[in-house]
Amino acid sequence: MKYIDEFRDPAKAKKLVEEIHKLASGMFPSTPLRERTSPVAERSRSQRSRREHTRSQPLQIMEFCGGHTHTLFKYGIESMLPDTIEMVHGPGCPVCVLPMARVDDCVAIAEQPGVIFTTFGDAMRVPGTRKSLLQAKADGCDVRMVYSPMDALAIARKNPDREVVFFALGFETTMPSTALTLLQAHREGLKNFSLFCNHITTPATMRAILTDPDLRLDGFLAPGHVSMVIGAQPYDFVTRDYHKPLVITGFEPLDILQALWMLVKQIAEGRCEVENQYARIVPQAGNTAGLNAIHEVYETREHSEFRGLGNIGDAGIQIREAYAAYDAEKKFGIPFDAAPFDSAQGAGSLKCAEVLRGVMKPWDCPAFGKECNPQMPLGALMVSPEGSCAAYYAYGKLAKRS
Amino acid sequence: MCLGIPGQITEIIDADNLLAKVDVGGVRREVNIACIVDDEHPAASCVGDWVLVHVGFAMSRLDEEEAARTLALLAELGDMQAELDMMRRMEGQA
Repeated sequence: MKYIDEFRDPAKAKKLVEEIHKLASGMFPSTPLRERTSPVAERSRSQRSRREHTRSQPLQIMEFCGGHTHTLFKYGIESMLPDTIEMVHGPGCPVCVLPMARVDDCVAIAEQPGVIFTTFGDAMRVPGTRKSLLQAKADGCDVRMVYSPMDALAIARKNPDREVVFFALGFETTMPSTALTLLQAHREGLKNFSLFCNHITTPATMRAILTDPDLRLDGFLAPGHVSMVIGAQPYDFVTRDYHKPLVITGFEPLDILQALWMLVKQIAEGRCEVENQYARIVPQAGNTAGLNAIHEVYETREHSEFRGLGNIGDAGIQIREAYAAYDAEKKFGIPFDAAPFDSAQGAGSLKCAEVLRGVMKPWDCPAFGKECNPQMPLGALMVSPEGSCAAYYAYGKLAKRS
Repeated sequence: MCLGIPGQITEIIDADNLLAKVDVGGVRREVNIACIVDDEHPAASCVGDWVLVHVGFAMSRLDEEEAARTLALLAELGDMQAELDMMRRMEGQA
């Protein structure tokens, strides 16, 4: 397939890894990290760091997107990196950050008589406080997995006597598709189609992460396909207000390695910019038609909650009043405020929030790989293959590397 | 849901509703092309284009020039490295 093999070339990957090692060794003195923690060394290093950009603690780089987490694990990229670079897995998996109460709302809608509830496959097994959509289906609800929101629209056309609801989920990557589907339904005058809108926006989520006092990040790998829609400009605040360099990148191993090299190079040279490694897909200004559809249909919610992050301010999105006829919240009387931040009821031992914020590794959670596993996920990070717990489990990272 | 897959547009099915047939790794599927059509690229001109398909929507046209540029840069990095290695080896011998 076009530009897939080219971006998996092992020889090029090896060169990039060497370049990253070279940059990192220039930033860190040659003695091993653990021997450099004496107060004297600490002082002399802090003096030096202003001059030469040398450092004492490993660089922490967050890959925001779950797709990137997947690539890192699939190709074993972390094990190729120097010990002085630590990847922090971000919350960029829309299924993983969905509060349990929203899954309960989905189930409540699916249980209404005459409803066909349609969803992307990823959301089927996400646990709610009562049950998942898969369990609701087993209990007799008409829940259908679709590949595209357009498929949900086709189901609505074929079943005029049924109410068809599509679970609109995801960051900006999927927002144009649901917005355009709603607009198509509007053009056709379909009365039995609605969206249950749970979209979230990336820059606002990044801002929520950046204001977390526990985090100590040195830079971001930004999601390639979100950026394909929104462009590069919405990340300007990350470099301007928070002084963290950022590189937009794709999903092949060479994309990630090249982006890491660009990011470490920025840090080594004392630069702080938004750079775009993924220009073959991401135009600087984003996708005009997609953005127009988003702005036509959606507006910011005043207040929203994330599993693991709590209040994320204005990252949530809702359907504008002009299209209220296609809003499942209004159609089925689902009050958004009735879906508060969940305390992971019945899952008290889970450390999802800490893992999601990157301050704890999955293996530090007492339930990881035991009562919480991909067959019986308790926490959402174990549900989607993009979730960091599922990735750690699938690729055998069950304990800390020695 | 977020990864997407590259495919090639083979025909326009419905120019008014911007629907096209796209070949994705040998599988043909109806795809909405509203996001890649503009004044510069009317629907009819899209046949043969490589696009990235997400949940049934063509979301971006693959920029072949940019792809070539990225690959060239990576190749250069490899060549430069080989040259530097060679220089280092020569230096050791001198």
